[in-house]
Amino acid sequence: MATLLEVKGLETKFFTHEGVVHAVTDVSYKLDEGETLGIVGESGSGKSVSVLSLIRLIPQPPGKITGGEVWFDGRDLLKVSDEEIRQVRGNRIAMIFQDPMTSLNPVLTIGQQITEALELHLGMDKRQARARAVELLEMVGIPDAATRLDDYPHQFSGGMRQRVMIAMGLSCNPQILIADEPTTALDVTIQAQIIDLVKELREKVGMAIIWITHDLGVVAGLANRVIVMYGGRIVEEARVHDLYHRPYHPYTLGLLHSVPRLDAAHTGRLIPIDGLPPDLIDMPPGCPFAPRCTFKIERCDVENPPLEYVSSTRRVACWRWEEMAARQDGGFRG
Amino acid sequence: MAETLLEVKDLKMYFPVTRGIVIQRKVADVKAVDGVSFTIKRGETLGLVGESGCGKSTTGRAILQLYRPTAGSVKFDGKELTTMKGEELRRQRRRMQMIFQDPYASLNPRMTVGSIIAEPLEIHKISSGKEKQERVQELLRLVGLNPYFAQRYPHEFSGGQRQRIGIARALAVNPDFIVCDEPISALDVSIQAQIVNLLQDLQQELKLTYLFIAHDLSMVRHISDRVAVMYLGKIVELTDYKTLYDEPKHPYTQALLSAVPIPDPAIEEKRQRIILQGDVPSPLNPPAGCRFHTRCPRVMDVCRHVEPEWKNVGTADREHWVACHLYD
Repeated sequence: MATLLEVKGLETKFFTHEGVVHAVTDVSYKLDEGETLGIVGESGSGKSVSVLSLIRLIPQPPGKITGGEVWFDGRDLLKVSDEEIRQVRGNRIAMIFQDPMTSLNPVLTIGQQITEALELHLGMDKRQARARAVELLEMVGIPDAATRLDDYPHQFSGGMRQRVMIAMGLSCNPQILIADEPTTALDVTIQAQIIDLVKELREKVGMAIIWITHDLGVVAGLANRVIVMYGGRIVEEARVHDLYHRPYHPYTLGLLHSVPRLDAAHTGRLIPIDGLPPDLIDMPPGCPFAPRCTFKIERCDVENPPLEYVSSTRRVACWRWEEMAARQDGGFRG
Repeated sequence: MAETLLEVKDLKMYFPVTRGIVIQRKVADVKAVDGVSFTIKRGETLGLVGESGCGKSTTGRAILQLYRPTAGSVKFDGKELTTMKGEELRRQRRRMQMIFQDPYASLNPRMTVGSIIAEPLEIHKISSGKEKQERVQELLRLVGLNPYFAQRYPHEFSGGQRQRIGIARALAVNPDFIVCDEPISALDVSIQAQIVNLLQDLQQELKLTYLFIAHDLSMVRHISDRVAVMYLGKIVELTDYKTLYDEPKHPYTQALLSAVPIPDPAIEEKRQRIILQGDVPSPLNPPAGCRFHTRCPRVMDVCRHVEPEWKNVGTADREHWVACHLYD
């Protein structure tokens, strides 16, 4: 597969009254054509900021992308002009967000909002755009699409609004769809509908997807590859089966153990990750996960382990990854 | 068999929809809870699951008489709560407490942690002075916080720590029964397990009885002895956690279980999902017959007209209650 997007050494900071927030530090990864990449992390892990930075959607100030490159279509998106990035946003790289109510304009009909992008990016006239909008709404499973086009966002339910967002996202046939926790605000049966829809559209349209979530369950059935973030950094990256069945990073392992599974035996206790996530203003000098890690050695407190390729398909940032790997690959399955 | 601590019978909680500003006319009712019945035994955890708007939180509040129920009966330790008033009700409230979902909104930002936890002790005239201070410190230790935190304010704490403060406040009056209303939904994944473990430890130590309300089925299964599934103001199925997850009877329970993602790609690849069509109808005007019939993959003609009966399809010692015409 050809590489579609390459992020190199991305660094984003927020300059606040309390100090400098190191939201994203040294994030590098590639996205292949047609691939679905999951980015998993808890709040404050930098998962959203790292992806918003790609298309320069960071509010400046207080935020600032202080380093790195984002290669897409033969150019560095962090260097191109504002006009050029606008041509990419919503057109080649589209985005859907967690809360469709706040990302849709409440005073415009959804028809007006979908056709805007079509007229702007694809140069369609009003009639063409309207016909295409109906097509798009039908594609995302909105019944009675031609009449619903003249409805306002509040007239749709949460799940339907997310469908509208997806229709808007796909309106210009993007090569990449960025989905920032699009099902977090939805009920579980509606979440299943949306994930089902995205899978179907992925087959049909063939776009690459970056799916950001805090829920390891959601990406297990959706992603080809998963990146785990902690404290603004990537701590592990692997193909989906490897990550869930043989996690090498203690944080990934901890996350998998701390959630109860619907299909597992009803055991007495969960194994929580003790302590709290790091303070992004005052980061520890060593590994960000060290204060909570049960596998910690002295070195972890003073020196941050680099994110290294440990095989052709996986990377991990841990001083003890070899021992972790030996444990995992030796048939140990927590 | 343990004794019954709480008995809820045909509980209804309607909220009026009014029109007009000066003269308010009632034009309709939101039937948030429309006839639910269940019991909770002493020391047990009953899980109550359902999607947003199904009435699960309202049920919890109506039990504690934070809302006065429209109809039905709530018996706590043999005493009817719905007709109780004033001092008598206040005395009962000492024994029933609540833990809320949002640890950011449920603690007064202008009070110190110490005074937040001490407030129920003052209201119920349990202790004062030095005794009260000692009790606060004891409670902080009990929930795994430093007693020294009593002087601090809520904003100085993380979500998980705040939830611990909320738990300490609920425990201050030595309750028998606690309604946990989505106590971990607002917390990060790695913190959720800490709080769930704490709740389980406290239950053992203090012999507590829980009503655990949540939308996360995996977590409810983990913590509950029995689980009730709610849909649009009614309980559709109730049985022990194992039977519910191994042999769900109601098509809604089946769909709900199949929709929960499992963090294992090998299982996810093979899983057959039951995808429900459409959205939950409005509780303002719920469908006739079975309320689930508009989305049910196994709908029959009778479901559209006749409300299914709530009955035990299990055995006497392994009860399995369900409301569905498939089991007529």
